[in-house]
Order: sequence, then C-alpha cells, then structure tokens
Amino acid sequence: MSIKILLSTLVLAVILTACASPAATPAVQDTPTPTSTQTTAQSLAVMTHDSFAISESALAAFETQYNAKVQFLKAGDTGTALNKAILSKNNPLADVFYGVDNTFLSRALDEGIFDPYQSPQLDAIPAEFILDPEHRALPVDYGDVCLNYDKAYFKEKGLLPPQSLEDLLKPEYRGLLVVQNPATSSPGLAFLLATIGHFGETGYLDFWKGLVANDVLVVNDWESAYYTEFSGSSGKGPRPIVVSYDSSPAFEVLYAETPIEEAPTAAVIADDTCFRQIEFVGILKGSKNRQLAEKWVDFMLSPTFQEDMPLQMFVFPVNPQAKLDPVFVQHLILPEKTAQVEPEEIAANREKWIKEWTEVVLR
Amino acid sequence: MDRGRPALEAIRHFRPSSLLWLPPLLFLGLFYFYPLGSILQASFARGEGGPAAAFLEALTSPALRGVLWFTIWQAALSTLLTLLFGLPGAYLLARYRLPGKSFIQALTTIPFVMPTLVVAAAFNAVLGPRGWVNLALMEWFGLDQPPIQFTNTLIAILAAHVFYNTTIVLRMVGDFWSHLDPRLSQAAQVLGANRAQALLRVTLPLILPAVLSAALLVFIFDFTSFGVILVLGGPRFATLEVEIYYQTIGLFNLPLAAALSLLQLGCTLGFTLLYSRLSLRVTRPLPLRPRTFTQKGLHSWRARLTASLYLTVLVVYLVAPLVGLAARSFTRLDPERGQYSPVARGLTLDFYRELSINRRESLFYVPPTTAVAVSFLYAGMTVLLSLLLGLPAAWALARQPGGALSRISDPILMLPLGTSAVTLGLGFILALSRPPLDLRASPLMVPLAHTLVAFPFVVRSLTPALRSIRPRLRQAAAVLGAAPHQIVRQIDLPLVGRALLVASAFAFSISLGEFGATALIARPEYPTIPLAIYRFLSQPGALNYGQALALSTILMVATAVAMLAIERFRIAEIGEF
Repeated sequence: MSIKILLSTLVLAVILTACASPAATPAVQDTPTPTSTQTTAQSLAVMTHDSFAISESALAAFETQYNAKVQFLKAGDTGTALNKAILSKNNPLADVFYGVDNTFLSRALDEGIFDPYQSPQLDAIPAEFILDPEHRALPVDYGDVCLNYDKAYFKEKGLLPPQSLEDLLKPEYRGLLVVQNPATSSPGLAFLLATIGHFGETGYLDFWKGLVANDVLVVNDWESAYYTEFSGSSGKGPRPIVVSYDSSPAFEVLYAETPIEEAPTAAVIADDTCFRQIEFVGILKGSKNRQLAEKWVDFMLSPTFQEDMPLQMFVFPVNPQAKLDPVFVQHLILPEKTAQVEPEEIAANREKWIKEWTEVVLR
Repeated sequence: MDRGRPALEAIRHFRPSSLLWLPPLLFLGLFYFYPLGSILQASFARGEGGPAAAFLEALTSPALRGVLWFTIWQAALSTLLTLLFGLPGAYLLARYRLPGKSFIQALTTIPFVMPTLVVAAAFNAVLGPRGWVNLALMEWFGLDQPPIQFTNTLIAILAAHVFYNTTIVLRMVGDFWSHLDPRLSQAAQVLGANRAQALLRVTLPLILPAVLSAALLVFIFDFTSFGVILVLGGPRFATLEVEIYYQTIGLFNLPLAAALSLLQLGCTLGFTLLYSRLSLRVTRPLPLRPRTFTQKGLHSWRARLTASLYLTVLVVYLVAPLVGLAARSFTRLDPERGQYSPVARGLTLDFYRELSINRRESLFYVPPTTAVAVSFLYAGMTVLLSLLLGLPAAWALARQPGGALSRISDPILMLPLGTSAVTLGLGFILALSRPPLDLRASPLMVPLAHTLVAFPFVVRSLTPALRSIRPRLRQAAAVLGAAPHQIVRQIDLPLVGRALLVASAFAFSISLGEFGATALIARPEYPTIPLAIYRFLSQPGALNYGQALALSTILMVATAVAMLAIERFRIAEIGEF
C-alpha cells in the first residue's frame, strides 16, 4: 500500500522536474525553437568556470540587442573548465570560453582551442593586458593576489604590516602568515609566482626556506586559509596575515554583518608583493555561430559588462572607460607594480616549480 | 559437461532470472563504462608512450607508491575505527526499544550529507586553533599557543571519516541485526555460553554478511576520500583521488591521471572480490524475525546507563559540531576585529533573510527554497532510478550467487564508487555531449551521476536481506500454487521491506550530499544545496560566511526531515511483517 504511495510520489517528482525546468528542452542546440513568436532568437553557448556571474539586466541588454538567448555552461574551477574545453575541442560544447587566466593561458593556446578575433573594443584596452598578440584570447578582467592583514592585530601590537616580501622573514612576523598550496589553489600558485617574479628562479627557494623557518602555515585552499586560519575574517582564525586578493577588504565592507565604514582588513600593495591574474575570453574553434560569438566578446569588453563585473565577480575591468562602483573607489587600492612572470614561462616550468616548492616547504 | 559446446551449455543453463541483470548492466554500460572508456582513451592518446609508459611512471615513482600505500592504510584504519564506533550503536538500535530511536537515526544521517568545507568549519569551531576547546584550555592554563593541534593532522582525517561514515554501519548492520532471531544466542546461553561467547560465536558470525557489506562501502569511501584529505588533512597528505585531481587539473598530465584512475579502480575491484569471497563463505539463510519480536526494553539500570552513555557520545560526536554551526547562523557576532562601529550582539535572522534577497540582481541567484526543491527532486529521482536498477541486481545476486553472470557482475557494481570523480566527470562531458547520447545541459545528468554512486548502496543493502530468505518458504508457496509474481509480492517483498527503506534512505542522502560530480555537471541556474553553500563560502565577507552557515542549517534540517519521513513509510504490514 504505502510502497505504492512512495513510488507514485517519486514518479510525480520525476514528471515535475521534467516539466518545471526549462532545461528539459536542450537549449544548447541551435535548432530554432518553433514556439518563439516573432523572429527566432539565436542561441549562444558560453562555457565558463564556477565564479562567473552577471546581472540579469546586463545580460538582458545583450539578449535584446541581438535577439539572442545565451546559455551558460559552468564546468568547475578554472583548470577543470579549461580541461573540459580542451578535451571536447573536436566537438565544442559551446561557442565562447571565458575564464582562462594567465597561469593557464599557454595551455589553452598550445592546445589551439581558440580562433583569433580582433575585436574593435581592443583599441580601448591598455597593451599591458594583451598577452596574446594573435588575439585568440582577449583580456576581460584582472585581479591581484596580495597579502591581506588584520588591521586590529597590527594596531593592538603597535606593529607595522609587512611592506615587502623580505619583511615576512623578520622575527616580528614569525608565525603570522598563512598561504595556500600552489598545487591545489589558484591564489596559492599566484603567490608562488609573485615570489618567483621577485626573487627570480635562483632566489625564490631560499626565500621559502626562510618562510618555513619563520613558521609559515600552508593549507590547501583559499576557503580554509581565509575563514579558518585568518584572524581578520569572520572565521576568527589565529593568523593575522593571509594570501588573498586586493579586493577582499572592499568585500568585507560590502558584505559586513552590520554596516561598517572601514574595512577590518587591508591589502599589502607594495611593489613586487602581488601577482596579477588576468582572465581571458576566446571564441572556440568550431563555433557554429561565429557572428554572435564575436558580438558576445565585444560585449564582454564593453563598458556595460565591464562595469557590471566587479560587483558580480570580484574582479576589475581592463577597459579604462568602465567606471568603478564607489565602494571600490573608497576601499580598493591597486598595486602599482606587480611581480611579473610570463605565461610561456609559467607553462614551461609550472610542474618543476611546484615540485621544488613542495620539496622545500612540505617535506 | 564435456559434451555440448560452451555456448550451448550456457543456453541450456540459461535461467530467466539472468534477464534481471539486463537493466542494471545496460545502465552501467551507457552511463559508466562508455564515459569512462572515452576519457581513458582520450587521456592515453595524449601521452607518447601509451598506457604502458603511464603505468610505468605511476608504479616506479616512489612518491606515487607512497601515495598508494597511504591511501590503503588510512582507509583500512578509518574503516576499523568506524566499525568499532558504529557496531555498539547498531546493536543498541537493533536490539532495544528506545525512545526517539528514529530521531536518533535521522540525526546520525546528517553528517553523511554535509559538504566537507562545512564539516571542516564545524570541527574547527570545536577543535581548531580558535575552537572553544583550545580557547578554554588556553584560559585555564594561561597558555599563549593553542595546545591541541587538530587541523592538518592524521587524527583530523580519521575523525572526519568516522564522522561521515558511522551512519553506514548503523543502518546496514543495525537493520539486519534487528531481524535476527534472538533465540539463537539465547539458546547458546542456555547451553552454557556466557554473553561474550554467545556474541562472538553465534551472533557475530550471523551478522557478518551485513558487517562485511558495510565495511566494504566504508572502506571504498575512505579509499577514494578527497575533500576530507584536502581540507582537514592539509597539504602533507594525499590519497590517490587527490593525486588524480592534481595530475588532471594542476599539471594536465592526463595519461598519468588515467593510469592512476585505473590503479584506483583495480584496487576497488580487488577489495570487492575479496569481499565477495568472504561474504559467500559466511552467508547462510536465516530465519528473520519481525522487530517487535526481536527487540526488548532496557530493564536493568546498568544497561540503561551504558546505553545512554554510548548514545550521548554518539550524538555529541556526530551532531554537536554541526549544532554549533547552526547556532552561529542565528547569532549576530561581528568578531573581535576592527571595532570601528558599534557591534550589536544577539540573536538574528539576518542571514536567513539575506538568503532570499538578490541584492546584486545576479543571474545565478537562487532562493533557498529553489535550492531545497532542486536537491529534493534530484534525490527523489535518484531513489527511484537506483531502486529500479538495484532491485533486479540484488535479486539476481541473491538467487544465484554462484551463477556466472552474478560472479562477474557483482564486483562490477561497486566500480562506480571507486572511480575518481574528476575522471568520470570529464568522461561524462566527453561522451554524453555528442550524438548518439547528447545530454549536455540536461537536468537528467545529475540524478544519473548520483545513481551511479547510490546504486551500489542499494544493492548492498538489499542483498543480505534477500539472501536470507529461506528457499523453502518460496518452494512451499510454489507448491501451494502461488505464481512467481505472487511469491515475490507475498514473500520476498514483505521480508525485504525494511531493507528497501534503508536502501531508499541511502540513495536519498547520497544524492543530497554529493558534491564532486555535481559541481561538474549541474546547471548553474539549478544548483543543489551543497553547491549553493559552496558559492557563499568562496567569497570574502561576514555576510557570505553567515549565509553559508544558514544554508548549511537548512540542509541539516531538510536531511533530518527527509530521513524521518522515509522512516515513516512503514511499507504497511511489510516493514514490521
């Protein structure tokens, strides 16, 4: 008796999902939907990573202008999403891929997943962001991985926050720093690259040996570092210096429990202490909708999307025409000079550097 | 035997019940072997030396051998600890009528579905560097450093594994044990055995099949552990699963990742075969009894004391850390940092209110009700699918354990559990996004993937119960003129009703909590609760942290309610026949 109820409930559940979700009709296929009224909307598939976000109004602006329907395929973190795009390059799942950053750029370009596209919007974008001269991957946004510190701790101890990477080796900063494992975390890799950029291939390991001697703590992911170990976050950890982003203090204000005027944390933005992550978009080889894909790339580089992005994704516009929200103007200070490592060098040495780092820091 | 050709022989020996294997094997072929084969082939094709070179690299590297060895022994140790902790609970829940028993069982399921990041936060709130245990010890003894080092230790890994998997032992062994005829051990005691002897010599051998089933599942879960190792174990520990992730995503060394995946699968297969041999040897038909008959009240004060002591430890261990987090989600408490504006302490519903507001009008904003509905729909579909596929498989296994098909298929069923989520997730994308089977962006992908994980649980929960049905009961019914379908309805189904509930509970909770594969294939507009929690936790800001905790609390409550509801399906006269 009740087993029938159980079964019928489940059957009902299945039917409900099938009806309730618009996804039951695969929207990715570019067959025109017969139901649409006036002109059939073209569909565009955009493959991206977990952190991608956009506001409804920004998307609507694009969709109405081009009579298009955009579907987003999210595919895990940056590395996972890129792997999916590479593995499916003979049968591309989408028209556009957004989210490959400069630490993964060479992998994407070497695998030849993108077709070049010289967007007219590129004229507005500073040359420092354009890392691919063939314009297969076009810059969209950047974010700086920087040290963050707990203001209250340093105020209470009457201590100055570190002003350089070398400072971290001083005895007064002993046991204060928590970093992420570059093998498993993208800010962790970025910070390792900052040290390589600053100390060079010959000197960075000695610096890390010094950090180990000064009791650095390594965890695997940003979440554990920031929420479990860092004292400036609401997780109330024990360590007052963490590797995070230069935007993190602004978000502590934006997402405070009770409205606060000043961020409880701050980023160290001294020369050569940060590493800049730049994210790129590209049109996937084999896209069935090249024209609309081009329009989407233009859109991502245009002020409409560029202004929408910071509050949605915590990253900043490469297009200087885009205006920043007041919260960032007030709480964000950008580093003037970040540590540099070229994408080709990263691709060539990534494994070697991580292995060497692991030997020195974890063994 | 030596006369006919083997094919003819097979046809002559073919029994209609072999057809039972058709649906589960078809399902596995399409949604497991096909995607797995595609990704392995594509991975090896990228290497220069083919599979052989990749395997050579995997087996000759001392670091990777170390990883393999660590993976095995930490899983074995975790499993042993889980059994030691869970078996007394299974006994209590099986043999005694306790007040609030189904509530306790529902509570113990909650850990099973919680995302690792949340569990890590819960453990840290108690044992972390600023957890209340360390803070209290520091205050009492005037220390300036936290005395207990918990995160990034082996202890943390073991504790988390026991925390996650105890419910498997409680449910699988407990439910089987509750139908065991207590007169067997009573008889032994009448014949002069003391209680310990009766337990060791009579009861334990009889419940061994269920213990082995539970142990195998726990072991494979620990063997393929990923989140616990990464978040609680820290960078000094790596299992094969972690290494596969790193080789795939970090280094893009797909041939090596594929070799490691196959190695992990080979181990899973080996352990399962070992289990099958053991389990065949120890299984015998048993007279199962209704629970009203097997259970008694706790009479002596000593029994009551021991029972309440154990249950307190059980509940404190499995539930208290999470309750701490839930309490935090109702507390306004700007931490002691930048006191730049007056901090209002006290109770608040702000985090819950905030969940329902799309402040940045984000396209991917999902109200909590939707996340709950999506999770429940996926879980319902997973229950349905895994029962539809698991029942015939379990039936065939129970009827002809020695049959050729059963001998081959049984270990195969366990393989999805031992498969790396990254590998299979990429395989899904590769194989199921192109004709003839184009499921990309289909909402069906998620329950299909969940069913792969839930299906072995369903089979393992049902098989011991089905095997215990004495053949003579069925023969008697047949002699009395019952048609095969009547035998199924009147005899088999009533006897396994309870096991069906256990199977459904497992399928439901596996689907509610699954994270790794879901993150790779779910559509962004329809995230499950764990995915939505993760979105909040990956952003800085007190409000995001609070909302993650609020959503975790909703997940805890939803899980407990769902488990209680499943318990309520008494399958009429069946469950308690």
